[in-house]
Order: sequence, then structure tokens, then C-alpha cells
Amino acid sequence: MNPSLRRVWGLVYRHLALYRRSPPRLIELMYWPVLQMIVWGFITAYLAGVQNNLGSVAAGVLLGGVLLWEGALRSLMGFSVSFLEEIWSRNLGHIFVSPLRPGELVAGLAVMSVLRTLIGVVPAMLLAWYLYAFNIFALGALLVGFFAALIIMGWAVALGVTSLILRYGAGAETLAWSVLFGITPFAAVFYPVSILPAWLQPVALALPASHVFEGMREALTHGTVAWGHLAAAYLLDGAWLAAMAWVFMRQFQAARVRGALLNIGE
Amino acid sequence: MLRPIGAPGGDAAAQAPHILRVTQALIVENLVKTYVPGRPPAVDGLTFAMPMGATYGLLGGNGAGKTTTIAMLLGLLVPTSGRITALGHDMEKDRFSALARMNFSSPYIALPNRLSVAENLRVYAHLYNVKRAEARIAELAEDLQLTDLLNRPAGELSAGQKTRVALAKALINRPDLLLLDEPTASLDPDTGDWVRTWLECYRAQTGCAILLASHNMGEVERLCDHVLMLKQGKVVDQGSPAELVERFGREDLEAVFLDIARGTRAEAAQ
Repeated sequence: MNPSLRRVWGLVYRHLALYRRSPPRLIELMYWPVLQMIVWGFITAYLAGVQNNLGSVAAGVLLGGVLLWEGALRSLMGFSVSFLEEIWSRNLGHIFVSPLRPGELVAGLAVMSVLRTLIGVVPAMLLAWYLYAFNIFALGALLVGFFAALIIMGWAVALGVTSLILRYGAGAETLAWSVLFGITPFAAVFYPVSILPAWLQPVALALPASHVFEGMREALTHGTVAWGHLAAAYLLDGAWLAAMAWVFMRQFQAARVRGALLNIGE
Repeated sequence: MLRPIGAPGGDAAAQAPHILRVTQALIVENLVKTYVPGRPPAVDGLTFAMPMGATYGLLGGNGAGKTTTIAMLLGLLVPTSGRITALGHDMEKDRFSALARMNFSSPYIALPNRLSVAENLRVYAHLYNVKRAEARIAELAEDLQLTDLLNRPAGELSAGQKTRVALAKALINRPDLLLLDEPTASLDPDTGDWVRTWLECYRAQTGCAILLASHNMGEVERLCDHVLMLKQGKVVDQGSPAELVERFGREDLEAVFLDIARGTRAEAAQ
């Protein structure tokens, strides 16, 4: 195996071994997405009952939003919590004095983010199909496109969160859970961008998620593919990822100068 | 009884024999680290060279600059000025080439508690790109008496067992340069002696260089060829343990350490 890939695999193996030996961690991955889906499933079932056809469409759009947004949330948490696991286990010093490059660390965390997201969200999607007859898989390849765009957005946000942890220490760890909830009102998850005040719309349109959810609504309500939104989502993903990678590398180097890597757990 | 330990020169060296030509394991030139501008530096003008096959000791009281020095040698910390060349590689420009042939052990940095000993060692075998990783783990487990512990979670081990596991992690890549921060801290005398004997044999058999930071003067006297005495970030004296003891007119290194720490050197020399 290529040495670089092997180092990435070493980091992934470390986390897989952890999950194999810690059932509560594994259950926690599925717990919130499934719970969210159940609550929103009942809400949408209620709406569908009240409003008949219109309600059914709205219900599908809401459930689709919940399930896809969980993808972004789990991606963020999968990345940043995997980094925090190294801090919690006081293992970060060993990691940073190994030949693992910062880019390989990021790659390993990104792989863990995808695995954690799939483990968390796919059961919720299957349950939505079983309990509420909402088949998000009907979106087909488009689902993969939307989902991947949100996972990449989760990485970009996670790189920002990890940079803050490098800057402020483990005290910034709550951001790993909370930061994306703060973005939710502007990400057009449950309503179109046009609902937002005019001055907020450019903010929303600068987020990849807004384009994903606009595209999802168009696909679910009209059955058409909004290629423009999909392309915009990926272009913005690339821009945010590059910007956050730059911030991460700056903070990593600054942490090496300050000596923060010696006592980041404190 | 210890049996012969692996091939000398490290895993990377085995694949690229030319790198064995390096005769100095470490060259440290005028190293300075100032955490806060305007305040006294934590390390102030440290200069030394450590040849391959040698064991050097870093001695000093709390706050003398030992941890800061080790962190800079490992690339965890960027020096304010000065230069470190480890195994022929400039640590600021090419630290990953050096890190592949170095390793480190400290009781203050843990291994993940939930992972078994074997899983922990496997992780680092991957990170250091160790060939025939399972054979290397089995070899280390036998050498360090860990075979029965391989499937036990690291968090369930005693302090002595954890130290042996940390040592196995530090040796997984057959390092040419080994940095040890208090390798026998919190160990009982018997286990501490076992670790020291093991390190002596390992160095003799592999020819690696060892830099040791310790507060155990007996350990330093026994293991080190050369000692750097640090105080307030500066080398205040250096030499072999025997030279230092003679120069200070004391009976052992502990008395020398106390003279330096308490600033009673001049009195002792008279």
C-alpha cells in the first residue's frame, strides 16, 4: 500500500477499533438521526392529514430536508468528534510526532466522517421508508449528488471547528455539535431561500446547503433536476473547503509556534 | 534474558541503506524558544550534537526547558530561532522524513485506553509504515513480555505494563533516534530496572541514539554517556556523569543536580 494511504488507513483503523469496542458510541451514531426522523415523520403525517395532497408534498419536502440535513450534521460531527477523540484519549501528541502529515490527518478524519454519516443516516432513511412510506432513495443518483455535496460542506465547517479547537483548545468542543444548528435558519432546509428577507438571501445563497435543498425541493415537487443548483453547491463546496483548509493549516502552524499541541487537552 | 532485537538502523533504513551514513543523530544549533515576547526564553541558545549510538541525558529541574526542548526536537513546537538537524534532516523543512525514523515515549501522553494493546501497536505500525507489521508486533510483544497482554484493552493495564506498551509503540519502527521523557516514572524499582536493562541492550544491539529526560539520577548515571544540565533554558554544564561528579567534587549525580538547581555550584567547586 502507498505509505500515505497506509497512514490514512492507520488513523481510520484506530477509530474503527474504537467503535468495535464501544457499542454506546455506535448506538449514539444512529440515535439522533432516527429520533429526528421519527419526530418529523409524525409532524409530516399530521400535515398530510390536514392538507391532503398539498400536505403530502410538504410532508415529503420536510422529511427529505430532515434526512439530508442530518447528512451535513453527521459529516461535521464525524470529522470533528474523531479529532476530539484523540484529545480525549490524550493521544494527540503521539499522532503529531508520527510521520502523519496534516493533509493525511484531514483525509483520515474525512473518511471517518463519511463512515459515521452512513452509519447514522442510512438507518433513518430506511426507517422513513418503512414507517412513513417516504422513499428518499427514489431520488436515485441525485440523492448521492445532494448527499455528497452536504457531506463536503460538513467537512468545510468541521475544518473551521477543528481550527478553533487548535486555537482555543478543547474548550471549543461544543462547536462540534452546535455550529451547524446556527446555520440551519439560513440553509433553506425547510423553506425556500425566497422566504428569507432580501438582505439575508445572499448569505443563504453563499451556502452550498441552500442550493442542495432548493434542488431537492424542485426534484421532489416537479420531478426535474436543477443542475444549476447542484453545480452551484459543488462550486461553493470547493471554495469553502479551500478557505477552511487554509485556515486549518494556518492554525496548525500557529499551534506549533505557541506550543498548543503540547497541552491542547487542557 | 533478552534476545537479539531486529535489524539495526530502523525500518526506513532497511529499505534505504544509504541513510545509515549519518553519523550524528542530532545536531542542535543555538536553539531558542520564547513563548511570550519580552519574557525570558524557555530555551536559550541550546547547542549540542549527539552521535549515533550514544545516549544523552537532559537534566534539569521543573521549568528548566526539558519538555520544550523535546517538543522542538520532535517538531511539535517551532523554535523561535536556531536549527535542528535530526538524522540528517532539517526539522523545519523536512521533519516528516526524520519523524519516520524517530520515535518517542512519555508517560504523560497516553495510548487510547479502549483499544487493545495489539490494536494500538497496529495503528502505529500503519502510521510508521512498518513492513510485516504483525511479525514486528509479535517480536516486540515477546521482547517486552507483552504477549499475554496483546488482547487486553490498554486502559486495563498496570503502570508497569503501560510503560512496556509505550516502549513497544516507541520501538515499532525500529527508530534510529529514540526520545524518552521519564521512561521509568511511576514504576517500582524492579520494573524500572528491567526497563533500563532492556534499553541498554536495545541500544547496544541496534546502535540507535537515545535522548533521555529524567529526574532519576541513578537512571541517568547508568544509561547516559553524556549529560546536559539545563537551568532556565540554558546548558549550565555538561559532560559524562563521571566527569560531572568529579568536577563538582560530589559523590553522585544527584548531589551535582542539587548544586546546580540551588545555585551552590561555586561553593561545591571550592
